[in-house]
Amino acid sequence: MMGGLVPGPTQAEGSSVNGIHDMGGMHGFGPVEVEKGEPVFHARWEARVFGMSLLAALRLGGTLDERRHGLERLDPVTYLRNGYYGRWLARLEEDLQERGVLRPGELAARLEGRTIRADSPPSLPVPAREAKHPFLRPIDRAPAFAVGDRVRTRNHQPPGHTRLASYTRTRRGVVARVYPACVFPDTNAHGAGEQPQYVYAVRFEGRELWGESAEPRSCVYFDCFESYLAPDEKT
Amino acid sequence: MSAANRHSDEPAELALRVEALEALLREKGFLESAHVDAIVRRYEEEVGPLNGAKVVAHAWVDPAYKRRLLADGTAAIAELGFGGPQGEYLVALENTPTVHNVVVCTLCSCYPWPVLGLPPAWYKSPAYRSRIVREPRTVLRELGLELGAEVEVRVWDSSSEVRYLVLPERPPGTEPLSEEELRSLVTRDAMIGVAKVRAPRTGSHG
Repeated sequence: MMGGLVPGPTQAEGSSVNGIHDMGGMHGFGPVEVEKGEPVFHARWEARVFGMSLLAALRLGGTLDERRHGLERLDPVTYLRNGYYGRWLARLEEDLQERGVLRPGELAARLEGRTIRADSPPSLPVPAREAKHPFLRPIDRAPAFAVGDRVRTRNHQPPGHTRLASYTRTRRGVVARVYPACVFPDTNAHGAGEQPQYVYAVRFEGRELWGESAEPRSCVYFDCFESYLAPDEKT
Repeated sequence: MSAANRHSDEPAELALRVEALEALLREKGFLESAHVDAIVRRYEEEVGPLNGAKVVAHAWVDPAYKRRLLADGTAAIAELGFGGPQGEYLVALENTPTVHNVVVCTLCSCYPWPVLGLPPAWYKSPAYRSRIVREPRTVLRELGLELGAEVEVRVWDSSSEVRYLVLPERPPGTEPLSEEELRSLVTRDAMIGVAKVRAPRTGSHG
């Protein structure tokens, strides 16, 4: 299915929670289809979009969380129809327009052989020098949880970006690993600061996630930011 | 991008669109096509599962390295020269006769680029992302990996910036093989956790 790869509309800011990207546990997508001898890129345009996106990320200096949120704001039909690099292209065009590198209608005009007269030179941001770690941020408090602690995920449904998947909300698990403090995506995706916090790999038993339909001896380890978690009082 | 700006659903139109976009960005001085070329070449030719295979084979033959890999994956892959985007905090997960690890990213398609390269289409597919967390045994069976009832299946959903690499079991009968020969046995799929590493036919007694 190759149709419909041209970027479609994006939803209003802040409507990504419970979006189509949050697909863990969904039914209806059919078998996993494996392509033998798959190339790294299936078409030259995919490779160009990949390369341009990496360069644009350096030049525009936004955060990975903002870029993920940009993908999540694609409308569900476009998200599924466009595929991985089609989504990257939609986001790339959106980012370039938001930052004033591309004028509205400029690409469309180019495709029709027209040129939009530039009133002023395009505003090209100065590349930011990235000296710090992309996401690790040491903080001066201790982790709230330790390996073996019983925890429960909150019913966390913020209006914008989050990395707590819907299938892991309000579930009981056990802390399996404690990771260093990291930039918090829920705020960092919205220009509300890095607000670093500890991350925990939490083990959720299959039965806790999927009830009677769970497969035997199966579990999911899900990385949870500290504020997604509460102590599980019930023992 | 508004709906009114959509032109066509044809892949050929899409190729033209990307070409036009690159030309515009080049003319604006925003990027140089040679830099795009360099990135593409790097991910087509240098950054791929051969890197991960070096890590795995080295861990199989060097117990001290294996301990370091399991304790601090980021530092251990750096010893072999690997690191960079999507591999800044790497964790290796050891498969054993009773524990099988498999990796997914249900929310997008996070993947340990420096050791595995860019993810295959199936890893990014809605089918894999939606199903592997709910029915891992069924999905693995469909992909050709039947796990015994005694084996615990652990699915790791890459929801933070931590990236996971599966350290597969070294197949029996491979004791005489050199590290270089072992490397050639290690597949991408085994390092994602949807396959096991198989011994070569000639070296197998089974």
